[in-house]
Amino acid sequence: MTRFRPAGGIQALAFVVVLAVLPLLFGQHWVVSLLVFTVMYAGLAGSWNLLGGYAGYPALGHGAFFGIGAYAMTIGTTHLGVGGGYRPFLLVVPIAVGTAVVVLPIARLLLRTRAVAFAVLSITVMFMVQTLAYNIRGLTGGSQGIAVPLAPFAADTFERPFYYAMAVLLAVTVAVCWVVRTSKLGLALNAVRDDEDRARGLGVQTELVKLVAFSVSAGLTAAFGAVWAYYISYVFPGFAIDPLLSLGAILMAFLGGRRTLWGPVIGAALIVPAQQYFAYRYGASHLYLVAYAALFLLVIYLLPDGVIPSIVHRITRLRSSHRARARKDQILMEPALTPGERG
Amino acid sequence: MSALLAAEGLTKSFGGVRALDDCGFEVPEGSVAALIGPNGSGKTTAFNVITGYLPADSGRLAFRGRGVRRPDPCRLQRRGLARTFQQPRVFPGLSVLENVVLGRAQPWRALLRRRVPGADRRRAEDLLDEFGLAAHAETPAGRLSYGQRRLLEFASVLMAEPVLVLLDEPTAGINPIMIETMERHIRRRHAQGVTFLIVEHEMKFVMRLCDPVIVLDRGRPMGSPEIDWNFAKEQIGLHAPVVTLHPELEQLDVTDDA
Repeated sequence: MTRFRPAGGIQALAFVVVLAVLPLLFGQHWVVSLLVFTVMYAGLAGSWNLLGGYAGYPALGHGAFFGIGAYAMTIGTTHLGVGGGYRPFLLVVPIAVGTAVVVLPIARLLLRTRAVAFAVLSITVMFMVQTLAYNIRGLTGGSQGIAVPLAPFAADTFERPFYYAMAVLLAVTVAVCWVVRTSKLGLALNAVRDDEDRARGLGVQTELVKLVAFSVSAGLTAAFGAVWAYYISYVFPGFAIDPLLSLGAILMAFLGGRRTLWGPVIGAALIVPAQQYFAYRYGASHLYLVAYAALFLLVIYLLPDGVIPSIVHRITRLRSSHRARARKDQILMEPALTPGERG
Repeated sequence: MSALLAAEGLTKSFGGVRALDDCGFEVPEGSVAALIGPNGSGKTTAFNVITGYLPADSGRLAFRGRGVRRPDPCRLQRRGLARTFQQPRVFPGLSVLENVVLGRAQPWRALLRRRVPGADRRRAEDLLDEFGLAAHAETPAGRLSYGQRRLLEFASVLMAEPVLVLLDEPTAGINPIMIETMERHIRRRHAQGVTFLIVEHEMKFVMRLCDPVIVLDRGRPMGSPEIDWNFAKEQIGLHAPVVTLHPELEQLDVTDDA
């Protein structure tokens, strides 16, 4: 397997071009805002996929890292006086790296468990972080929330800086996923997903690769949280550390194909607009949550591997049946040709 | 011959059951040793304790002349000890080739190197060729038959060029031709200097191939040189004529009483 394929390069180029051009095509604020959230969720689903998809660890508490990123951004801009304008964006890198490092001890503890126990513990950690956010009032403002200074961007194109920040993070996430997939790290993570004990017996450093996946996944998630906080400009524990956020990202990864590179992006592109539409139409009654749950059930039931693998599978089957039919036709044609040849 | 692997006083209990009870034996370097005994005599538990999959309650272990304080599968593999499982275990979502490539342990610095580098690929392809699996190299391992999985599991542990291979029932559930293939592979590797410890129920296979034969009963070996083979035979239902490698066994009245 060569690492660089021309088809992959074209995909990447097309993706970057589409990401760069999209907000320029739409003038309406709500559309660009929708794009911001789509790109954000694509990135969240992609970074979740590192741990949940490639390593098969059902992490349900990524909302915690998103919240840590969001609060780090608010604290940076309010308490530490980083300043306004584009400067808060500079905080994103240290926030991502910081979160990736800070989560290591927790990750080490959580990764001693597997499957259901890991899922339960990860969601428990998320609620612990949320409880902390409610209670450390000095830093977080508690249940009143905390405001981030509003960005002084031109009203006409207010969303664009946030969109591009999210887009850059998404590109980085996809690039990280690609590097992981095509490296020994990816192979080791896949082995952990399939049979962790046997992987250990083959000399795979399972502890190390799981830690790396957890840490990078958490760091990227926090980066999106940081940009989100600046965009929303108001952070409240219930919104910033939200179980629905992790579940939404997971649903997107599942729908698109959680073992693929582009699955999370496609999942987000399909779900986020639909979700916003449902929230807009039926938001007051919370019916959109029911729609969400129904979609999750349908995906698990009908497309357990996600959209991309299902389509690929369908195409391979069509091709092989086409080939088989062509062969059959050829066989049937042969006697018919013979008289013609004679004549 | 010095002992490549030495176990002493291994004890492991599951609740009230003593799966290993003061169990000690040695695997001489360059041998093909067998670990036999009735179901529940502690063979697989011994494997799991030796390879670090289960912590022993007490006992000592030495591998390649050095004590192993806390056995760990990953570290032991890196020191040259590899194993297979009673039920063949492969990585179903990975290709057959990747399954084999995984067998070669990587230093942490290599984590970002290519998933299947050229050198690994060539070596894995050679192994797959040897095991008759070359045609399936790109197939997901989950699609292989049971017997093919056994061969793949064996091939993948050989990728790291181990000095000691522990095979847990290598012939269970596979057809006679595949058993011969398995035996051929073991002999070939043995000729290249690999030591084997094999848990096996197929006694003809054991008697053709293995020396020494360690008989476990209720978690402890039944004293090796002065072994009461008639008792052992009775205990494990040994019906096969026991000849070839064991001169002491030829003295015994071991006939096929099936």
